Amino acid sequence: MEEKDVSRRDFFKTVGVGSIATAVVAGVREGEAAQGPAAIGPGDAPVTLTINGRRHQLQVEPRVTLLDAMRTRLDITGPKRVCDRGACGACTVIIEGRTYYSCSMLAVEAQGKNIRTVDGLSQGSTLHPVQQAFCDHDGLMCGFCTPGFVMATVALLEKTPNPTPDQAKKALDGNLCRCGTNIGVLKAALSAKGVARG
Amino acid sequence: MAGGMDLLGLMKDYIVSPDRIVSIKGLDQTIAGADSGIRIGAATKIADLADNVLVRKMYPALATAAESVGTPQIRNMGTVGGNIMQRPRCWYFRNEEFNCLKKGGSRCFAVEGENQFHAIFGDGPCHIVHPSSLAVPVIAYGGKFRVAGPNGSRDIDAGEFFQMPNTNLYGESVLQPNEIVTHVILPAPGQRSAGYEVRFKQSHDWPLAAASVNLVMSGQTVKSARLVMGAVAPVPWRSQAAERVLAGKTITEAIAVEAANAALASAKPMSGNAYKIRVAKTAVKRAVLRAAGVAWS
Repeated sequence: MEEKDVSRRDFFKTVGVGSIATAVVAGVREGEAAQGPAAIGPGDAPVTLTINGRRHQLQVEPRVTLLDAMRTRLDITGPKRVCDRGACGACTVIIEGRTYYSCSMLAVEAQGKNIRTVDGLSQGSTLHPVQQAFCDHDGLMCGFCTPGFVMATVALLEKTPNPTPDQAKKALDGNLCRCGTNIGVLKAALSAKGVARG
Repeated sequence: MAGGMDLLGLMKDYIVSPDRIVSIKGLDQTIAGADSGIRIGAATKIADLADNVLVRKMYPALATAAESVGTPQIRNMGTVGGNIMQRPRCWYFRNEEFNCLKKGGSRCFAVEGENQFHAIFGDGPCHIVHPSSLAVPVIAYGGKFRVAGPNGSRDIDAGEFFQMPNTNLYGESVLQPNEIVTHVILPAPGQRSAGYEVRFKQSHDWPLAAASVNLVMSGQTVKSARLVMGAVAPVPWRSQAAERVLAGKTITEAIAVEAANAALASAKPMSGNAYKIRVAKTAVKRAVLRAAGVAWS
């Protein structure tokens, strides 16, 4: 493998191999060397996001988070911006079956992935079973944390359809509710078991 | 940037303002057996580390640490390399308004300020506790960090990797700016090992104190021990005094308490964190008893 034929992405893919490790760092130090993907930014860069099954093309600075790109550019306002530091969970989205804080992920890095937000759960006026369970069991008060809790619950039930209370607590402990509706949230998570749809 | 959990937080708080960010998401993210031990790629998600069958079976102290890092979302995003290299959580360091010693200022604000979560070991001049939960068991298991740099790849003993503030005030490790951690390599564990973390909050937080112990056994007797504490010093804090207490003994609660007392004997608390000595003793005692399979009172 000749070094000049290897893109920087290839370097990183194979960095585990000791013999080419030097090339990795050399690639980093060369910065905007001709090989590999060009550096983007600091100005706007084209970004394509797939959110709730729809493709969106937009121009954002590379430093913009997925959360801000969704809320301020795409009007997808289900995920909430509360702490903006990965400490509250209100911005939780599901990507490839796992929960993420969209405030702590750059939009450019979320490309090519299937991003799901609370906005895509209901079908017309029919709530998703998890959303319905939150209504039925008083799983919300002010509602600001709810989109994050709902997504964390959906991710839990899709992976573990019949969770124990301990499993549910562990899966939802990345989200905070300052109104204190946690008991209702837990009831909703446990009562919705087995009825979540993908 | 791999997971970016730490870097984005530092940027949002204006603690660092990098001109350029390089994605290192392509680093190895596999966990594989190697030479009777294990090799963990630095880009392995912490959630994958915590769920790994090999890790859970062979390295319970590492599994314990991994499964309690942050929150589910953080474990899904954050990587092993990122956990090891994350910057301190000291609230003065993380606050833009405090130009503390570590950021090039002239004083450590924790000395006369709020220091309830700061170090109880080390003579400063900076009093952070090292934030990595994973580094503690890695050192207890005698692990190494594989580091790639301009001159190729080298392995650094995890116990020699982290540096005290009087050696390296502006960083926490020997890693140079042109180097990168690519793997964590652990040798075969002792027959018995465990970790224990004492927490103020069960989630969304770093432990108040943690301990990992790795015991090489000869029947019911400890042949040799390695014991490391976390969240008590600017580096993961190994206690050879406690290791000496355990060597040659059969583990009982009395021995575990003796080891805990030895581990904390030289602690020097600050104005607001003397309670951490008791907390750390509990972590040591319970880690030792958990490793030996002895219930504690």
